[in-house]
Amino acid sequence: MSAINRNAQQIAAAVVSNKRVGQYHQLIVNIGDAANHCKPGNFVAINVGGDTSRMVLRRAFAISRVSANSISGGTMELIVAPYGQGSSWLCSQNEGAMLDVVVPLGTAFGIPTEPVQVLLVGGGYGSAPLFGLAEVLNARGCRVDMLLGASTASKIYAPMEGKRSVNSLRIYTEDGSMGQAGRVTDPIKALIDDMNIAVIYSCGPMAMLSAIDSLTRGTDVIHQCAVEESMACGIGICMTCVLPTMGSDGVISMLRSCIDGPVMDGETVLWDKVGKAL
Amino acid sequence: MSSVDLSTTLGNAWFPAPIFTASGCASSGRELSQFFELHSIGGVVTKSVMSKARHGRPTPRMAETPSGMLNSIGLQGPGIDAFLEKDIPFLLEKKARIIVSIAGETVEEYSTLARKLRGVSGISAIEVNISCPNVENRGLVFACDPEASRRVIDGVRRTIGGELPIIAKLSPDVTDLVHIAKGVVEAGADALALINTVLGMVINVETMRPQLANKTGGLSGPAIRPIAVRAIYQVHAALPKVPILGMGGVASGRDAFEMIIAGASGVSVGTASFGNPNAIPVIQNELRDLLAAKGFSSLREAIGYAHRIEVSDGE
Repeated sequence: MSAINRNAQQIAAAVVSNKRVGQYHQLIVNIGDAANHCKPGNFVAINVGGDTSRMVLRRAFAISRVSANSISGGTMELIVAPYGQGSSWLCSQNEGAMLDVVVPLGTAFGIPTEPVQVLLVGGGYGSAPLFGLAEVLNARGCRVDMLLGASTASKIYAPMEGKRSVNSLRIYTEDGSMGQAGRVTDPIKALIDDMNIAVIYSCGPMAMLSAIDSLTRGTDVIHQCAVEESMACGIGICMTCVLPTMGSDGVISMLRSCIDGPVMDGETVLWDKVGKAL
Repeated sequence: MSSVDLSTTLGNAWFPAPIFTASGCASSGRELSQFFELHSIGGVVTKSVMSKARHGRPTPRMAETPSGMLNSIGLQGPGIDAFLEKDIPFLLEKKARIIVSIAGETVEEYSTLARKLRGVSGISAIEVNISCPNVENRGLVFACDPEASRRVIDGVRRTIGGELPIIAKLSPDVTDLVHIAKGVVEAGADALALINTVLGMVINVETMRPQLANKTGGLSGPAIRPIAVRAIYQVHAALPKVPILGMGGVASGRDAFEMIIAGASGVSVGTASFGNPNAIPVIQNELRDLLAAKGFSSLREAIGYAHRIEVSDGE
C-alpha cells in the first residue's frame, strides 16, 4: 500500500503578496521546497482565523500555480473567493503574514504521455488550477483549448498571462456580460464531435462536472474532473467529503474526495447518487 | 525536555503515553502516520468497526459550528473481516498500540465482533461504542438506556473472556450518566470512554432546511469540552477506581491536563486532528511540560487531582 499524501507537510508559510482580481484575491504564498512536490490538481489546507479563532477546521484551496524558483523561494498561487468567514479572513492577510499550511494534498490531474488534443473547462474560480495545468500540458506538446464560464463577468477568472499557454479561450456568462451568453457546457458536444479531443479536464461546481460527464460517458473521451465536497480535515481522517463511486470492478464505494480526489475519473463518480443514500 | 513519567493504564493495559486518537477521527491510521510516528503516542483507537461493510450516510455530512463541528458519518467502514485483514497488520507494523472500537446494531452484533477479536494478537483493549444510533432500539442509542448498555457489555464480556480490557464509550446525552456508568462497570467494563459527541443540529438559513443530510449530527470540538470535563469529574467522583479515557474538544496540553485532573487516566484527541494533523504529538508534549511545571513527576499523580480534599491551613 502506497503512503497517503506522501509529500504532505505542515509548514509555516509567509504571504508574499495579496492582490484583488475581480471578485477574487490572488495570494502568493512562500512554501519553499514543498513547491517542488505540487502538481496541478493538488490542494492545500490552511488554518484560518488565528490562534483564538472559533473556526476549528482548515479551509481547502486548489493550488492554481507553483513557481519553484521565484525570488522569494518556492511559491504557490491561490485564487480565493471571500465568500465565507474563513476565506474572507485569508483574503485579509497581507504581505508578510504567516499561514499554517498543509501542502500538497490530494490527487493530481493525469497528464497524457502523448501530445494529444485536450479541452479544459472551468466554472467560476474553478478555472484557477486549469492555467497551471495548461502550462504542463503545453510543455507536453498537447493542443490546449479552454472554455470558462460563470454566472456573470466579474466571476470569470482569466488572467492575461494564463492565456499564453492555451491555443484558444472561449468565455461564457449566463447573463451575457462577458463572452458569449450561455453555459460553458453548451459547446462541448460539438467540440467532441468536431475535434479529436482525447481528454477533458474540468474544475468547477458539481453540476457542471456532472453535465460534462453526461456528454463524455460512453465516449472515448476521458473526463478528469476536480470535485468539490465540503471537508473538515483535508487529509483523509474525517470521512465527511465522500462521493459515491463505482470502480471498474463494479464495486460501489464512498470515496474521500480529499485523498481519492480531488481529481477523479468522471466516469467512476455516480453523479445521480451524490447526496443520496446508497 | 522534562522527565515526567507519562505512562498510564486502562484496566490491565499499559501505555507509555496518555494521548490517544479518538475513535472515528483517525480513519485507518495510515493518514496520520504521514505526519507523526503512531508508536510515539499512547495508542490508536480505531474507527468503530461493524460486522459488515457500510457506506454510511449521504453528504452533507458535516457543518462547522462555533468552536466545533457537527458530523454524521453513519459508521462508514470496511467491516470487521477487511479491517482485521488490512488495518490491523498496518498498525502492528507501525508498532502502534491498538484499541479496537466496535459498534453494533444489536446486542448480538457486539458479541459477534468480540468473538472475531478474541484471537487477534497485538490488541491492547476493546472500546465498545454503545453511544451510536442503532436499529434495535428504534433510532435511540444503547448508552441512553441503562439496561441496554448493560446487556451489550455483558455480552461482550462473556464472549471475550477475562483478559482483554473493555472500555465502554458512553454518551453525555443522558439524565444520569453515573447510573449508566455504574451499570456497565457491573456488567464487566474495565474502563469508560467519556464522552461521545453531543447530538445537535444546524439549519441552513439559505435553504431553510437542516444542513446535514441526516438532519442531526454529533457535536464535537472545544464547544463541548466543559460537558466532557463535567462528565469525567462526576463519574470519577462516583467510581474513583474505574479508569476513564477522557475526550471531547481537547485541543491543547492545557485541555488534556484539565481532563486528567478531572479524573481521566488517558485522553483522546479527535476534532483537533482535523484542524492540525500534528495535534496529538503537540498536545502530548505540551501536557508533559505542563505536568512538570505544576510539579508532578508522573501523570498518575495528577489523575483526579481536582478532587483532592481541601486542607485547611490548620495552624
